[in-house]
Amino acid sequence: MIYLHSKNNTAHGEISHQRPFISKVITNSNLPFPLRASYALRWHGSTEALPQGFGLVLISSGKACPDRDAGNGLTNIVRLAPELDYLKEHDVIKFQPADCGINVLYRHEANSNAFLVTERCNSFCIMCSQPPRDINDHYLVDDMLEALPLIHSETHEICITGGEPTLWGDDFIQMIRASETHLPRTSLHILSNGRNFKNLDLAIKVAAVKHHDLMIGIPLYADYSQLHDYIVQADNAFDDTLRGILNLKRCRVPVEIRVVIHRENYHRLPQLAEFITRNLLFVDHVALMGLEIRGFAKSNLDAIWIDPYDYRNELAEAIDTLARSRMRVSLYNHPLCVIPEPVRRFAVKSISDWKNDFLNECQNCNSKQECGGFFSSNLTKTSDHIKAL
Amino acid sequence: MSRLGKKFRLPQAFDQAVPGQYWMLPCRFVNLDDNRYVLTNEVGEHLVVTRPQLEQFVRKTVSFHGDFYHDLKSKHFLIDDDSNVAVDLLALKYRTKAQQISQFTALHLFVVSLRCDYTCQYCQVSRQTDDKLAYDMSQETADRALEFVFRSPSPAIKIEFQGGEPLLNFPLIQYVVDQAKRINENHDKNIQFVITTNLSLLTDDILSFCLAHDICLSTSLDGPQDLHNLNRPRPGRNGYQLTVEGIRKAQAVLGRDKVGALMTTTEASLPRVREIIDTYLSLGMDAIFLRALSPYGFAVKTGQAYKYDVDRWFEFYKEGLNYVLEINRQGYPFVELYASMIINKIFSPFGTGYVDLQSPSGMAISAIVYNYDGDIYASDEARMLAEMGDKKFRLGSVHHDSYEDVILSDTVLDTLEATLSESLPMCNDCGFLPYCGTEPVYHHATQGDAVGHKATSGFCSKNMKIFRYLFTLLEDDPEARKILLSWVRP
Repeated sequence: MIYLHSKNNTAHGEISHQRPFISKVITNSNLPFPLRASYALRWHGSTEALPQGFGLVLISSGKACPDRDAGNGLTNIVRLAPELDYLKEHDVIKFQPADCGINVLYRHEANSNAFLVTERCNSFCIMCSQPPRDINDHYLVDDMLEALPLIHSETHEICITGGEPTLWGDDFIQMIRASETHLPRTSLHILSNGRNFKNLDLAIKVAAVKHHDLMIGIPLYADYSQLHDYIVQADNAFDDTLRGILNLKRCRVPVEIRVVIHRENYHRLPQLAEFITRNLLFVDHVALMGLEIRGFAKSNLDAIWIDPYDYRNELAEAIDTLARSRMRVSLYNHPLCVIPEPVRRFAVKSISDWKNDFLNECQNCNSKQECGGFFSSNLTKTSDHIKAL
Repeated sequence: MSRLGKKFRLPQAFDQAVPGQYWMLPCRFVNLDDNRYVLTNEVGEHLVVTRPQLEQFVRKTVSFHGDFYHDLKSKHFLIDDDSNVAVDLLALKYRTKAQQISQFTALHLFVVSLRCDYTCQYCQVSRQTDDKLAYDMSQETADRALEFVFRSPSPAIKIEFQGGEPLLNFPLIQYVVDQAKRINENHDKNIQFVITTNLSLLTDDILSFCLAHDICLSTSLDGPQDLHNLNRPRPGRNGYQLTVEGIRKAQAVLGRDKVGALMTTTEASLPRVREIIDTYLSLGMDAIFLRALSPYGFAVKTGQAYKYDVDRWFEFYKEGLNYVLEINRQGYPFVELYASMIINKIFSPFGTGYVDLQSPSGMAISAIVYNYDGDIYASDEARMLAEMGDKKFRLGSVHHDSYEDVILSDTVLDTLEATLSESLPMCNDCGFLPYCGTEPVYHHATQGDAVGHKATSGFCSKNMKIFRYLFTLLEDDPEARKILLSWVRP
């Protein structure tokens, strides 16, 4: 597990920032002076001779610190919490002067960088890993728009997630446009419940950005309305989501269908696969996903948990149906040992590196290199059928 | 059972449907056997149901929120107050199924010569003659036919050279390929060529030409040597040997996927389906099309078409299909193409380009024939009928009629109207309708009417038997189901 946030940082000397400071981490201490105020310097050198003029100087947790009371005129020196010592060149952070907190907005080394742009949502999924909160969090949009120009131009992919990002309306479009403007070679993956795209206008606006490599991931949890609406705890969500998918594809926006599997829907998985091949063959990818035991998935675990081993037959049948129809299909968040052998080739290492872990048993497994492992949050509740391969 | 947290509501809270209140969407059913029915909707989705289930569905007494209710709802057999997106999805699926109609004619057959070096008993069209001019297509006729080809809006065009034996007029094939490619520079269509040939005249030069222009070869192979030579006599009695040598040579030069073979079933074939399939296997073919003999041309004159009835043919087909499945069970993928087309119609949201399994029929709008003399026919069968003296399905001539005259002719429009299964007596309420089609020329030839009377139609009888057999396999034989599903190619 890698921490993306910590308040356990300590300031040394005065902090001149009055408001949150979003900046790129660099290691070049010789940066021309006029540029320094915009950057956070990751400094591994002597703390006796700290470079001057940087927006922040980040020193490692283990380093001896200059005496904070020496009155030596040092400003904006922050000693990192141990869990943030990994910060490197090209990373992008948000520093809160009030409590010395640091949010890591972008890690250059990460296999995936996600921007959570709101905690608000118009659904209330029983297994949501990011339970919605009805708060005013527009600052998340501002943060992303401010961070985008700082992100390394060779970044493979960024993700917009929530909450429900489309709730921002035109600001949602603005985030897509800014991603295209500042990162013209980076793919953009958006996670949305798709319901707002029932308004064709929104789909048209997304298409009008002409993003070069965009995919909208939309969940479909059942092949009929009652079950889907119950799982997302919203009336008409099934109809809205399907109309949303149709509208997006009508505008030629790539769409991925995401199916989280749990006790309430596993038994209809084969029928859902068939429904997708009959009605939505034109979507670009189907991801079948294991539970992430966080948020509501954790508090509702007794009601929704099923051992992946116990739905292996439904899973294999669903994947067969989708693959036979030449759909691109992937299996996320399932360790290889619980997946029926014939469909193991569809498994993908899908878990973001910062929340990806393995069990002790996994150390002796010959397939560990190819295996996606576990969500860190799932280590306490795993299948009874985990075994080294 | 554990409950969700207090913030969450139970499934019933999200159900806006009233128990017992649902609306049936357009559907049809047909009995599969004594106990079961095949229920199909307008876009070809299906459920196999028991008699009690069917009655429950129709009487609206289906147990609310049992799996059967959800299956009916998921496959768009019913709609309730909780959701109405089914109507949007059905509309989309209907358009998808019918999409190929908007593309119009893709297959264009050029009969470049009626002359042939074979004297097949069942042949409908060939001529034994030394008079080249009388039965060969001229460049002028080919030029006119090509003008028709490129009037078709289809983005994909396949030109198939037919005969007689088309290689007897190979210079014209070369001419048509060159001209078509030249004309296509201004159209940018995906254009393919096929030569349907007995291969006896195949030379290295012809193969080089085929390789250079990516031309496929389709030949006739009726089975083992004695059967093939009996069905397809040739002076010298070496037809089988020439065909097999030709297939091997063509496979070596063009690649196996560029060489196909078709078999024709005669009375002599009926007891020998396994040997026929073995012949295809040993030649490295990956598929066979177990065809029925069509009732045209010499086949009718010699009485061949009536020598065996549908029941006997179906036994032959069933034995063949079972053998094909056995081959697959032994780990070798091998396809029976007629079953494959039907399986695709059952499991894929798309329609088929196969003329006989479309509604309306694909004649003229999927495939069209330019005869050696410039006469245009609605299908290969229509040309065969004309050779017997019945020109009912002749659409005009490339020399005297415009494209519009031909495509909008009464013959085309009346035939299309007569082949919309949805409006045909007995077809319109048949559960197999989404998977079937009509063959107007067949019904005209056998019953004197393009619509025909399905109760006595060999076409109907044949297809009903095949549909029932395939659905029974799909339902009752999991291993066969797996093999049949592997033939789906959406």
